[in-house]
Amino acid sequence: MMDLLNILMTESFWAASLRIATPLIFGVLGALICERAGVLNLGIEGIFVVGAMCGWMAVWLGAGLWGGVLVAALAGAFFGLLHAILTVPLGLSQHVSGLGITLFATSVSYYTYRTALPDVSSPPRIEPFRALDIPILSDLPFLGPVLFQQTALTWLALLMVALVWYVMNRTALGVAIKAVGDNPGSVDAQGLSVYGLRMGAILAGSALMALGGAFLTMSAFDAFFFGMVNGRGWVCIALVIFASWRPGKALLGALLFGAFDALQVRLQTEMGALVPGQVFLMAPYILSIIALVIAARSADYPRALLTPWFKGQR
Amino acid sequence: MGWRQRQPDHFMTQSTALRLTGLSKRFGSVVANDDVSLTLEKGEVLALLGENGAGKTTLMNMLFGHYLPEAGTVEVADESGTLHALPLGHPQAALAAGVGMVHQHFALAENINALDNITLGSEPLHGFRRNRNSAKAKIDGIIERSGLNAPLNVPVGRLSVGERQRVEILKALYRDARILVLDEPTAVLTPQEADTLFDNIKAMTKDGLSVIFISHKLREVLAFSDRIAVLRHGKKVGEMATADADEKVIARMMVGADTPKVARTEMAPGAPVLKLSSISVEGRAKRDTLKGVNLTVNAHEILGIAGISGNGQSGLASVISGLAQPSAGTITVDDQDIPKPSPGAMVKAGIGRIPEDRHHEGIVGAMSVAENMVIERLDDPAIQSRGLLKRDAIQANAEKLAKAYDVRGPGVIAASRLLSGGNIQKLILARVFERSPRLILANQPTRGLDMGAAAEVGRRLLEARERGAGVVLISEDLDEILGLADRIVVIRDGNIVEAATHDREQIGLMMAGEPT
Repeated sequence: MMDLLNILMTESFWAASLRIATPLIFGVLGALICERAGVLNLGIEGIFVVGAMCGWMAVWLGAGLWGGVLVAALAGAFFGLLHAILTVPLGLSQHVSGLGITLFATSVSYYTYRTALPDVSSPPRIEPFRALDIPILSDLPFLGPVLFQQTALTWLALLMVALVWYVMNRTALGVAIKAVGDNPGSVDAQGLSVYGLRMGAILAGSALMALGGAFLTMSAFDAFFFGMVNGRGWVCIALVIFASWRPGKALLGALLFGAFDALQVRLQTEMGALVPGQVFLMAPYILSIIALVIAARSADYPRALLTPWFKGQR
Repeated sequence: MGWRQRQPDHFMTQSTALRLTGLSKRFGSVVANDDVSLTLEKGEVLALLGENGAGKTTLMNMLFGHYLPEAGTVEVADESGTLHALPLGHPQAALAAGVGMVHQHFALAENINALDNITLGSEPLHGFRRNRNSAKAKIDGIIERSGLNAPLNVPVGRLSVGERQRVEILKALYRDARILVLDEPTAVLTPQEADTLFDNIKAMTKDGLSVIFISHKLREVLAFSDRIAVLRHGKKVGEMATADADEKVIARMMVGADTPKVARTEMAPGAPVLKLSSISVEGRAKRDTLKGVNLTVNAHEILGIAGISGNGQSGLASVISGLAQPSAGTITVDDQDIPKPSPGAMVKAGIGRIPEDRHHEGIVGAMSVAENMVIERLDDPAIQSRGLLKRDAIQANAEKLAKAYDVRGPGVIAASRLLSGGNIQKLILARVFERSPRLILANQPTRGLDMGAAAEVGRRLLEARERGAGVVLISEDLDEILGLADRIVVIRDGNIVEAATHDREQIGLMMAGEPT
């Protein structure tokens, strides 16, 4: 018990929580935008891989860190476009299309990586984003190390939470996105384009998902390797339900998951002799399933989620 | 000379708000509209009448640009009264020309509030700031002038149907509609709400608004329109000033013949057939919930259940057909307790049901008409022996019933989903009545049927009553209940109150939950 308290008191625990949460924040925001517009994007897991690979490779080829971020976002948007075309004007099953995109995007990423680097045994490293050392603020006790020694991408993620919240709740665009996910007919009757709104939302959402992947290779680690996304995309799909499609609660959910994950690593070292390590590895996932079961019972799904819409048909 | 010729034309367009000329539209081999022409004067209320499938909604959807006509033109007057041809097939163009349409099925997003629904599409999407105050001021102005009140700051999902209807109309008026098209605006309203709505609309026509409303309720058409146009089989078959019209003339025009008046003889009720004692059902939604309902249906009696949709009607229907388990109370059929109600037990006890959703709950669409006709008595030795179906007997039975009940379609071995709605209902009637049930549960039995088919349903229900069955008639159409029921109860909020009257006004107030 004392051990647990000790862990929760350390700065490094909270800093790690935020760091682990960062890719999830990007991913859950991306999924949120897609689903608010009425389209489930199960391509998320593959788009994470694409973002991780493309961002890293762009930097490795000399594009610069922010150039890498841009390339990752564009690559994500490209696979989003594919999903958008299949599910919006063609109205195909969103599940099938999304899973197909995950398989396709993942394989293409590994293939490209192997083709570009056929002979390397250890993954080449890049110079990743460094922690922003903000003068004065980063010297604050406790808050300094937790908040002000994170990398620029973590700050970008937090900024995105605010931006998505603002767009969704304060702009005409946000109102239209929410409406198209609830009743596309209402948007069409007012002369707006259902296809345009839905496809645009998928593109933007997929770009955000790819940034989650890019964070892994460009900030959390400094190289690309196989299996590094490790189900983070699926966690985001669950978190978005936990968040009931609200950006603020999405941040909370991502932070909770990050905290569980950071906690289990520390518990493993403290109590690894007593309990097998795998139990701790499972813990965040089990806890997120429990949280989901509680939250999903009262979840208020966007009414038109998964429902394709065709013009001139009621 | 040219000037002289043009003058009368110009004089005419002064007051014409809308002119449809020669509109035609077909869907596959079905002609939905055939050379329909119509004019609407400024400040006029035109009622568009016709049976289901007569082409009313198709016509209005062409006007609004949802459908592209094969032939014909639409002209709309601008502010100065000059008619301009409208590019067809573009809702945007219709909106811009001042045509607003209120659909039968509301086009509202329920997760955003009324203000957002109203302003949706009228603001640029790339703006980073919204001017909600000026939008609100404009809407408040419209509300004040029209009397169409609705809360603006609550998600539309939490508004009542009447409020949603008003939001729909506000949406059109916000876009400066000068012509308002209402597709069956009162289908979901209480009689009082409907009257208020029409009063508001009448008031707005004084400011120059022109209105077309689609309806098949003759009463409100006669009470609130200035002129009536009737469609039948996609053609315009008549047009008259409302002052010159009466129900009989209009009905004849709609159906193309005199509707057979359903003959109804007075009859003394017999012994109780069905008794519900303090039945409660805890449903997921309000429409499935009953709160301690007591109800008796006697032989030789049609009991009408009046009420606004969603007040517990489906809960009541589910209990009587055995689909829902009551959490409290007892059900008896012919004085026999039904300890464990289930669909099978209720069928055995002699209850026949005409379900609300005839396509999904009434038939198995992929199975043949003949199979659907015996689906409730598969244990009958006449139908099967040792688990094997007697196909010849089934087919012979079907041919006999199809003849007796006038089920028309591609034949009894065809899939039942190929039948029209009216014929599906006849199939269900045949199946139910053939078993001579003690009690018939008829849930919205004429919804979506045309007058001829609806009259047939009414006749069959009265026949069953004569034979000694009890009938529970659940309907949202108060006129249907008033015409058929011996006794009327009102369902509201899961409670049932005896109406003890056939007075439309009083029952309407009870439906709305106001003290009488």
